[in-house]
Amino acid sequence: MGVPVSDTPLGMMACDPPQYHDRSSTARIMWAVTLCLVPAAGWGVYLYGSRALLVLAAAVGSAVVCEAAAARLASRATLRDGSAVLCGLLVGMSLSPAVPLFIPVVASAFAILVVKWSFGGLGGNWMNPALAGRVFVAFSWPGFMATWVTPRTLAGVDGLAAATPLGVVQSAGPDRLAAPLTLLREAGYPVSAIDGSVTSWLNVHVLGPIGVNLPSGYVDLFVGNVAGSIGEASALLLLLGTIVLFARRIITWHIPAAFFIGFAVCTSAFGGLETEQGLFAGDVLFSVLTGGFVLATFYMATDPVTSPLTGAGMLIYGAGAGILTFVLRAYGQFPESVALAIILMNTVVPVIDRFCTPRRSGRRKTRHAS
Amino acid sequence: MRRLRFPRGGIDAPNRKRQTRRASLWNAAIPRTSIVPLVQHAGEPAVACVAQGDRVREGMIVGRASGECSANVHAPIPGIVREIRRIDLPGGTICSAVVVDMDGEFDLLGKRATPQEWHSFDRETILGLIAEHGVVDMDGSRLPTPLGCAMPKHRPCETLILNGCESEPYLSGDHRTMVEHASSVLTGLEIVARLVRPAKVVIAVESYKQDAVSALHAAVRSSRLGYQVVRLRVRYPQGDERQLVRTITGREIPSGGRASDVGCMTLGVTTARAVHEAVVYGMPLIERVVTVAGGAMAAAANVKARIGTPIGDVIEECGGFNGTPMKVVVGGPMTGHTVIDLDTPITKGTRGVLALTAAEVRRAPTTACIQCGRCVTACPVDLNPTRLYKLITHGDLPQAVCEGLLDCTECGACGYICPSRIPLVRRMRRARIRLDGGSGE
Ligand code: SF4
Ligand code: SF4
Repeated sequence: MGVPVSDTPLGMMACDPPQYHDRSSTARIMWAVTLCLVPAAGWGVYLYGSRALLVLAAAVGSAVVCEAAAARLASRATLRDGSAVLCGLLVGMSLSPAVPLFIPVVASAFAILVVKWSFGGLGGNWMNPALAGRVFVAFSWPGFMATWVTPRTLAGVDGLAAATPLGVVQSAGPDRLAAPLTLLREAGYPVSAIDGSVTSWLNVHVLGPIGVNLPSGYVDLFVGNVAGSIGEASALLLLLGTIVLFARRIITWHIPAAFFIGFAVCTSAFGGLETEQGLFAGDVLFSVLTGGFVLATFYMATDPVTSPLTGAGMLIYGAGAGILTFVLRAYGQFPESVALAIILMNTVVPVIDRFCTPRRSGRRKTRHAS
Repeated sequence: MRRLRFPRGGIDAPNRKRQTRRASLWNAAIPRTSIVPLVQHAGEPAVACVAQGDRVREGMIVGRASGECSANVHAPIPGIVREIRRIDLPGGTICSAVVVDMDGEFDLLGKRATPQEWHSFDRETILGLIAEHGVVDMDGSRLPTPLGCAMPKHRPCETLILNGCESEPYLSGDHRTMVEHASSVLTGLEIVARLVRPAKVVIAVESYKQDAVSALHAAVRSSRLGYQVVRLRVRYPQGDERQLVRTITGREIPSGGRASDVGCMTLGVTTARAVHEAVVYGMPLIERVVTVAGGAMAAAANVKARIGTPIGDVIEECGGFNGTPMKVVVGGPMTGHTVIDLDTPITKGTRGVLALTAAEVRRAPTTACIQCGRCVTACPVDLNPTRLYKLITHGDLPQAVCEGLLDCTECGACGYICPSRIPLVRRMRRARIRLDGGSGE
């Protein structure tokens, strides 16, 4: 039986309601997202070798050191909330494995010190720190950003593998006249044996019966058999990670879905215009599998701090980011179009939040604060 | 049967009733000393009508209602008034309490009065009995029941709802009362229906309480009252008046208004039973059902305890603590308050006594708000808790009021869900106390 009541030490805590809480906490959320990224990061290290690991380590290390220093100055202890490690990891994963090591260090430092802490640390920033860091170094040292490493899986295959698929397509210039994958093949971009066999299996057993033919090349893009940023290669592993995020309700469907739909609709409708294939001829599949789209939509655009509060707001934000991504990709010169689109949408989140609060119960309509 | 729910907000909190929902009611021991606060209801304090050294009989009035909104308070045990002293109740109420040491004969205990033929009573007699015996809403608002039954002249009552939701986790007192005293609850409901003359009466029960639904069904059928029993989806705070009225009738109680503004009235299960006891048996409100539960309790129970029993006595009777509780809570986990003094008495509004372990509480460090929006999604009255919190922190109370601070029902959903463990409810509560002219912090 229990301890006699009078002997039990009590009085450690007087708390206001509620007296118990949901399982999640800020730290649990941050660490869970970090863990979900690890498979994709690991794949990047496998593909591009130990150099990739160094870049990741530099980014995470720099983020942690900066966070510790800034928190120290603010007399707080924030490392355990995991947001710095997550930010560093995201920065590292969005960089090429071939960059000089000072790049990830500077990118993370910029993210943590300038973007995050000059606004008071976690929760105060209005711009996604990881994306801002990435864009900052891209604009400061554009030359370093465009070198890539041939993935291990394509090492034995002939061809120009040390370039990203999106890079090849964009470098074909504004007067390119063919669909993206055709361009890739023309440029001599290799296709792995795995892609060949999986594509033909799919065509025979799954897609053939419904009258669709999948050109070779997409499977490589999906699995991540291409040159690219460390963590952006494998859409497959990134998507697997999101299963955990959805199951634990860390992210909701609103932002990724709206982002994807906004982007896909624009791409399919207008993506073919430049190549003079006319309306509704864009290659959606190619577009979402390249340029870090999956990493950005599921892991960066969903950052709670810089996204709207309500579902309706998230839909607007996601759709806006999707449309902007398309515009920037089609008419801009930068490979960082997704990052830029999200940052632009970050800036209007306060406005979205103001207009997307629910109508209050028991009132005719929402009264907005002036 | 279709299971209804309110449209927006709310949380799926684990309800943790596995232990308590099958624990039959039993009578707790009569306390040797009973501490009877004179504020156990919303409104004006009762005025003590006994003095130190007086002999009181069981069920005698020791505090008389004063003013429009107040309620009588009775001596739960016979004995001698040891003192009248100041007491701090959980939640910050400070009032006087009559302390009675047991002595002498029990007049009511074990002597069941002959039931009165209440059908022949007129409205005034019934209201008088309810007021005389100190019945208040024992399931939330603590409003004296005669006031709760007052419907505005221009708006007759259309729907009377028996609130059998008990959506707060851990608590099962209402559930057991419905199962074991279905006919008593039903009579109480019938008496109130006689007072407010509703067009229809609905009994609302959360869907998993199948045994309560069947018991009430059977009672309704045998009494031929034609009341409707509906089952509701399990979702906190289904038992709050606003959500309940919304669910059953589709009407929204206007901001700042009451259920009667949309032609509804809700009645709690425990209250219904108290009305029955008061009107039919002339029993004053000196006893209530309390759920004793939590991971740090040796055993979970639903007991009928005398008002004024120190919670420590009840805990001891249920087997004491099983390890060190992280907190001892009076009330439910969503809206209850912690206590540090085990002599805190059970009052008319005490639905539960919980001893929670650290694992149940799931504490985490408070961090900065990460703008995740979960509090906004959880709020059943569609407020923006994180924004209100910031407004209050910056001292902008007028703007906070303009954005709905006063609509907050203090249900606790936002504080429950917040991953950053921001004390949202506390800040809003204190701000409202400040607005009411209290000291706030
Ligand atoms: S405590 Fe108030 S603000 Fe928080 S969820 Fe409940 S009603 Fe909304
Ligand atoms: S739930 Fe907490 S962290 Fe999330 S927005 Fe609300 S207050 Fe901020």
